[in-house]
Amino acid sequence: MSEPLYELRQVEKAYHGRSVLHIDELAVYPGEILALVGPSGVGKSTLLRLLNFLEPPTKGTIMFRGQVFNGQQEVPLAERRRVTTVFQRPFLLNRSVKANVAYGLHLRGNRDSREQVADVLARVGLQDQAQQRARTLSGGEAQRVALARAMILQPDVLLLDEPTANLDPYNVGMIEEIVRQMNATQAMTMVLVTHNIFQAKRLAHRVALLLNGRVVETAPTDTFFNQPGDPRTAAFVRGDMVY
Amino acid sequence: MEVVALSLRVSGTALLVSTVIGIPIGAFLGLRRFVGRPFVMALLYTAMGFPPVVVGLLVYLLLSRNGPLGQIESAWIPRLFTPEAMILAQSVIAVPLVAGFTMAAVLGVDPQLQQQIKSLGATPWQEMATTLSEARVGVIIAIVAALGRIAAEVGAVMLVGGNIDGRTRVLTTAVVLETRKGNFELAIALGIILIGIAFVVNTTMLILQRQVSK
Ligand SMILES: Nc1ncnc2c1ncn2[C@@H]1O[C@H](COP(=O)(O)OP(=O)(O)O)[C@@H](O)[C@H]1O
Ligand SMILES: [Mg+2]
Repeated sequence: MSEPLYELRQVEKAYHGRSVLHIDELAVYPGEILALVGPSGVGKSTLLRLLNFLEPPTKGTIMFRGQVFNGQQEVPLAERRRVTTVFQRPFLLNRSVKANVAYGLHLRGNRDSREQVADVLARVGLQDQAQQRARTLSGGEAQRVALARAMILQPDVLLLDEPTANLDPYNVGMIEEIVRQMNATQAMTMVLVTHNIFQAKRLAHRVALLLNGRVVETAPTDTFFNQPGDPRTAAFVRGDMVY
Repeated sequence: MEVVALSLRVSGTALLVSTVIGIPIGAFLGLRRFVGRPFVMALLYTAMGFPPVVVGLLVYLLLSRNGPLGQIESAWIPRLFTPEAMILAQSVIAVPLVAGFTMAAVLGVDPQLQQQIKSLGATPWQEMATTLSEARVGVIIAIVAALGRIAAEVGAVMLVGGNIDGRTRVLTTAVVLETRKGNFELAIALGIILIGIAFVVNTTMLILQRQVSK
């Protein structure tokens, strides 16, 4: 495999002295879709916040594109802007759909974004809703706007934190298809948190199981589901994990 | 009618000053966590409820001949019994109101939305600007509340302005004077103008609020 895009070493995150994440080693490779699975509360979202540099690690180092960051130094804006997250809830601004989609570009000083906005809105099937107020969209539409708002930035890394939880099958299918396309055509690296193992199966190249803040096993998707190396992975895949 | 003009000038300028100072303070307190923040917040809430006449007294003492600022000759320090002294007093009254209501509005913005804003590449300044824009209805309420307080305020402007005819007399102090003199009709007329101004201002703000919250 090529050089990793991210490499985490001895990364620990603690809140109020309580350690919630402890990752000895984890690599994310350019162009891959890595799925993070595991029960609720094991630290999946916390890991994504670290990968997006929204919070620093308490201990350890995160190597990103050859640069090593620990909790001390500020991550340069230019590096931070190579990564963005789509969360479970769309978190749209109280503005029009097109203003939401253009938001990230505006932050980067790009004022003339009309064509790009029209383009990504068409890709998520919302070309007719550009003028609509974002708060009047349905749940599925709002999440597609959130995806369009991330897509338009063409980030090196797209982090997805349970992006389709609570959505209807139509919207799940649509979002999965867009994600797959973006990964295939632009070689965009993605880390997908999901508690739907079928979604991991459908989208991911590799899957990692997290339990109690630790990575139990990371393996290519096929191996992960068919010949898991750890009995806990086998239990999780069978769906009879006790938690 | 110069009374009306002066009223508008004094309260308008004070509102502008307190908006420019108060909104950043409120945004900062609402967004940033730092040591001593609860203490600053408690101070701010106390200042919001401060009786205007006490503020007037403090400004009076500050600016009077023997006060700490009374000695200094500077274009930035107003003299007692001038409109500028009244603007200062009203600004001191209004800043905590603007800052306090702005802080409350900013605190009402979902912290996870702020995380999303940062994740989309916002610098700390851009994060603050976007959060204020999300809290815009509350920020407008902050400005309206401050204007309501200072436009209706008598005690402080009376103390530091002196209610001098043609120089520092404003609507509220004129109402007091005319009532004392027994000119009830004039007092009532001035009062109606005062209410009329408040009505126009608040209606404008309401329309603005409906525009921005759509
Ligand atoms: N900001 C925070 N402050 C305190 N505890 C937190 C914070 N964020 C997450 N945690 C805790 O960290 C653990 C992992 O949470 P999270 O990463 O959200 O799990 P997951 O996404 O896997 O459900 C949980 O026990 C949660 O309560
Ligand atoms: Mg989570």
